[in-house]
Amino acid sequence: MNHFFTDAIIKPLGDSALIVQIGEGISPSIHQKVQALSVLVNNYPFDGFVESVPAFNNITIHYDPVVVYQTQMKNLVSNHFPLTPFQIVSSKVNELFQYIDETQNFAARLVEIPVLYGGEYGPDLDYVASYHKISAEEVIRIHTQCECLVYMIGFAPGFPFMGGMNEEIATPRRETPRLSITPGSVGIAGKQTGIYPLETPGGWQIIGRTPLDLFRPDLSPPTLLQAGDKIKFVQISPEEYNEYKERKQ
Amino acid sequence: MTVRVLNKGLLTSIQDLGRYGLQKYGVIVSGAMDKYSLRVANILVGNKENEGALEITLLGTSLQFENDRVIAITGGDLFATIDGERVATWRPILVRKGSILQFKSPLKGCRAYVALAGGIAIPEVMGSKSTYLRAGIGGFNGRALQKDDVIESGVMNKFSTSLFNKLDKRNADFKWTVNYDALVNLQQTQTIRVIRGTEFNRFDEKSKRTFFNEPYTLTTQADRMGYRMEGPPLSLAEKFELLSEGVTHGTIQVPPNGQPIILMADRQTTGGYPKIGQIISADLPSLAQLQPTAKIHFKQISHEEAETELLKKEQIINEIKIGIRFKRL
Repeated sequence: MNHFFTDAIIKPLGDSALIVQIGEGISPSIHQKVQALSVLVNNYPFDGFVESVPAFNNITIHYDPVVVYQTQMKNLVSNHFPLTPFQIVSSKVNELFQYIDETQNFAARLVEIPVLYGGEYGPDLDYVASYHKISAEEVIRIHTQCECLVYMIGFAPGFPFMGGMNEEIATPRRETPRLSITPGSVGIAGKQTGIYPLETPGGWQIIGRTPLDLFRPDLSPPTLLQAGDKIKFVQISPEEYNEYKERKQ
Repeated sequence: MTVRVLNKGLLTSIQDLGRYGLQKYGVIVSGAMDKYSLRVANILVGNKENEGALEITLLGTSLQFENDRVIAITGGDLFATIDGERVATWRPILVRKGSILQFKSPLKGCRAYVALAGGIAIPEVMGSKSTYLRAGIGGFNGRALQKDDVIESGVMNKFSTSLFNKLDKRNADFKWTVNYDALVNLQQTQTIRVIRGTEFNRFDEKSKRTFFNEPYTLTTQADRMGYRMEGPPLSLAEKFELLSEGVTHGTIQVPPNGQPIILMADRQTTGGYPKIGQIISADLPSLAQLQPTAKIHFKQISHEEAETELLKKEQIINEIKIGIRFKRL
C-alpha cells in the first residue's frame, strides 16, 4: 500500500456505506489526502458505487451491496469462496490507494464572496464588535482578510464547513437561536465562519449577507462552493448588493 | 389529467427511490421512507421500480380519478376505500373515471404508496422525482400535495397496457395479492435489527447494555427527516468532540440529552453526534411503518448477517417480480 495512506482505517457505516478514516483532527494536509481519494474513487468507480462524501479527515463511500454482490457472483471463479459486499468494497478502496499520486497538488479554486456587512443584513455585527471591544469596521477588516478553506459541504445544500478565519473575531453562538435565517446570511460560530444556503433556524452570529445563491438546483454542480475551494469575503455596498440581485433576475 | 387532490391529508408527497450522487454538495437523498413498498407498487403496475409514486402518511388523503387508470396501493393499511368501498391493496386494480380514493385511518402501518401505471409525468430534478421539501425542489413543484393539485400520469408501456386491457375486460379485481409479510412488518411493536455504530465503544457499559435490552418509544417528533426516540438515556464513557462526517439512512445518533435519533429519508448528508448503532437496511422499510408511540426493541446482529438479510429481501422482491410476470401470461 502506498505509504501516503498507511494510516487509513476502513470501518463500516451500516451495511451500505463505509468510512475511510484518513487521519485525526482538521488540517490542510489531511484535507489534501481526502481530496485525492475523493477524486480517485469518482474517477474509477467500482460496480455498485453510489457516491462519496468527503469530510474533515475521512470520506464516506455509499454503495449498493446488492449490486456489489451480484457483480461478484457473475464473475466468480467456481472454486472461490464469495466475499461479503463489505470485503469487496474494502479491497476496491485499498486498490485505489496504490494509484494515489503524492506529488499531485490540488489547485484550489479561489471564490470571492461579496458580502454586505452590518445593518439589517448583519444584525449581530455590532454584538461581535462589542464582544471583542473593537469597532464594526475592524470586524469587517479581519473577516475580509482571511482566506478560508472549504473542508467539506454538509448540513444543507452548499453549506461550507470552513477553516482559516482569524480567531480574533471568534465569537460564541447566540444563546437563543433564530427561528429563521435568510439565505445568504454570513455568520460566525466559535472559530468558524459560514454562509446559510437555505432558510433554516440557526444560532450563528449573523454579520452580513451575500447576494449570491449558494444552492442553484438548476445548475451542475448544484452548489456555488465545493470541498477544496478557497474563499475570500469582499465587502460590498448596498448599491452593489442590489446590482448583484438585479443581475440574477 | 389523471388524479385530482380533494384532500391533502396529513402529508402526501411524490417520492421515488431517491436523489443520489449529490450528497457531497449537501443535497439530501430523500425518496420513499419504505422503499420495498414503493418498489412493489411500481412492479405491480408495470413501472420501473424507481418511478415516482405518492407517499401517503397516516390518514386524510383523498384523490379523484379523472380517467380510468391502473394503480397499485402498497405499504401500510390506511383503510383505503374507493367510493366508500374497501379496496384491495398489494395488487393492480383498475380505478374508474370519477372514482374517489380515500385513506381514512391507519389500521396497520404508517405510510401507503400509490403507483400509477405509466408513472407520474413530472420532470426529474437533479435526476429524481422525489420531493425535497425543505429546499422546495423536485416532486410536485417542490412541495407536498395540496387540495386541487392535478397529477398527470405518464404513458403506459406494453405491460401496463395489457394489464389495463385485462382488468377492463374482466371488469373485476384479480384474485391474487402479493404476500408482503416477509418484506415489510406493519406491527406497532417491533424488533428492529441493528449493527454497532462507529462510536458504539465510546458509550459507557450501562448504555451499551441498555440500548439492546430496554424498549424505546417513537415520539411524536417523528417525520421524514428523523425519528426521535424516548427511553433510558444513553451516555458516553467520556466526553469527546466528534467532527461532522457522513451519515446515512438508519444511522442512530445520540445527542447530549441521551435520547437516540434515527435518521430517515430526508436526513442531512452529514452529522456530528456519536453514532451508537445503524439500523440494517433490510429493516428500514418496517421502521418507516411505525407510528408515533410505537415500541422498538433494538436487536444487535453482525455486519455480515445484515448483508445476508438484505440479500434475502432482494431475493423476495425477485420472486415477487417473477410471480407477477407469470400471472400476466
